[in-house]
Amino acid sequence: MGATSAIAIATCRRLAARNANFYLVARSEPKLQAVAADLLTRGASAVTLNVMDLDDPAQHPPMLASAAAALGQIDLALIAHGVLGDQQQAQSDYSSAEAILRTNLLSPISLCTWLGNYFAAQRSGVLAVISSVAGDRGRQSNYVYGTSKGALNIFLDGLRNRVDRLGVQVLTIRPGFVATPMTAHLRRNALFADPDTIARGILQAIRRRKDVVYLPPVWAAIMFVIRGIPQAIFKKLNM
Amino acid sequence: MHWASDFPPQSLPATPMLPVGAGRSYGDVCLLDHGTLLTTRSLDRFCHFDPATGILRCEAGATLAEILEFAVPRGFFLPVTPGTKYVTVGGAIANDVHGKNHHLVGTFGRHLLRFELLRSDGTRLLCSPAQNPEWFRATIGGMGLTGLISWAEIRLRPIVSRQIRYQGTKFVGLEEFAALSRAAAHSEYTVAWLDCVARGRNFARGIFMQGQHSEEPQPLRPSKPAHLTFPIDLPEFALNPFSVGLFNALYYNKQLAKQKTGFVDYEPFFYPLDSVLQWNRIYGKSGLLQFQCVIPWEHGTQSGIVRILEAITASGLASFLAVLKVFGDKPSPGLLSFPMPGITLALDFPIRQQLSFALFDRLARITLEHGGKLYPAKDARMTAPQFQAFYPQWREFAQYVDPRFSSAFWQRVTQLA
Repeated sequence: MGATSAIAIATCRRLAARNANFYLVARSEPKLQAVAADLLTRGASAVTLNVMDLDDPAQHPPMLASAAAALGQIDLALIAHGVLGDQQQAQSDYSSAEAILRTNLLSPISLCTWLGNYFAAQRSGVLAVISSVAGDRGRQSNYVYGTSKGALNIFLDGLRNRVDRLGVQVLTIRPGFVATPMTAHLRRNALFADPDTIARGILQAIRRRKDVVYLPPVWAAIMFVIRGIPQAIFKKLNM
Repeated sequence: MHWASDFPPQSLPATPMLPVGAGRSYGDVCLLDHGTLLTTRSLDRFCHFDPATGILRCEAGATLAEILEFAVPRGFFLPVTPGTKYVTVGGAIANDVHGKNHHLVGTFGRHLLRFELLRSDGTRLLCSPAQNPEWFRATIGGMGLTGLISWAEIRLRPIVSRQIRYQGTKFVGLEEFAALSRAAAHSEYTVAWLDCVARGRNFARGIFMQGQHSEEPQPLRPSKPAHLTFPIDLPEFALNPFSVGLFNALYYNKQLAKQKTGFVDYEPFFYPLDSVLQWNRIYGKSGLLQFQCVIPWEHGTQSGIVRILEAITASGLASFLAVLKVFGDKPSPGLLSFPMPGITLALDFPIRQQLSFALFDRLARITLEHGGKLYPAKDARMTAPQFQAFYPQWREFAQYVDPRFSSAFWQRVTQLA
């Protein structure tokens, strides 16, 4: 889901080399077609496309049922769609804050509800969800986006607590800065990782049955420090 | 640029634009002051591959390294490759690059079946030798100025092994180089390394290398990623006639026998410098200039190359690994393509301000006197009159330049003298 996002493409390319069978969901048909051709050329055994806006939860159950039918069985679900949003606008206008939460939080919750139950019934499966380091602590520069990711982290913690014992792996992926269209307007610095580095980390975390993974791993240390800053100091920082 | 559909943007910038691939050109064909660069590296998707014919269609931002990573395990190789695999397909077309097999198969553009060209007015042109042939011809070697190439179709060649059957032969002097080249006319890949520092009886000594793809089937394993990175900018004094002379003497004498044969992996054969990332830092902060000329046969090739070599040797500025190669007579498909039948010489110079610049001007003049030309992809110094003399067809080409596109190179070489 969010199959035209840079991290999803990079992850799928690696899986295509192993002849995976894909069901791809995204909004733009021409972009989805380009991704499908790329994956098929690189070795995907089959690709099914579904052009839809994931903001509408009513469409999720039929879409996921059709994915399960097309694939025969879902082994791995990757939820990769999201928007960065405009913090300036979101802090003055609630409706734009709500739009961010709808895309980044409510939509994944709806998808994870269906998928969590599907995998639990199947007694296997991996639910990998792209969150963000921004969900670790609210900062003035992007706390609405951060809220969507932070709340998502808590939801995934709870879901994991419920379905892990049923053989389901719930993986929370927390990337730092990644060089993607979402961050194209930001000035690149040494902390930016390329999408393939993140993809490699995601597949490694799945193999190792991890619960939460910071990518690249240096962000685990950075966020440990940031979470540890006392409020008395943190509230005075410009972050 | 992340998708071909991103171009042209809804509102065009007021300043000129220029598509850029990997940014590996040595000069300013991939630069533009006060303009907008259209970075194409994210247009790296493959569209289709037919293992029966070896025809690959991919977006223009894919690098040759990415194509090799995909194609070699499937038993295919690039039809033509330059000395680095870290260039994009779009860049390879825009500079109509050549490789060690030029004498047999010509430039990269000759192996191009078709491509799509996007113009800033929203026109999409499918270009091939049969369809929009004038745009096909202008865009190959067109330095990115005719529009944005979104995807291209190239014909790969089959291989059964990663190995190259290799032969290295030492020579002294251009007579011997020319004789070796004639004798190796049917060898798939030929190139010579030349010592531009040695004088006297060692003048123009070098090693003539030839190779062909091994025909003994071997497992086609993927390459390992390069992991060596040159860690620092060397200080300017590190490269001096003594250290370079020492390196060249060691390199020349590494091969003891007059002739050496064996098998070598394609990576070190084609891409010796790619194994050390950021090798350019060896030239220090001030960087390097490349010089590449071709001198045609009919103008006393040898005397032209000899005069250039004498000027370089006398300057004391030469660095390691000058490369000498015979270009064949396969016509280049681009209006502004560089290769033509003759001998081409390429080498690096550390930038030492006026000293290097004066030498470059002298070399350009000798090249012109002998009916040769310089390679825009590697150039940072040729003057507008020099370019216009090397490429008299530039005015015809100018009609195809997208009105919203320009480059630092193009501005430099088209200004009125």
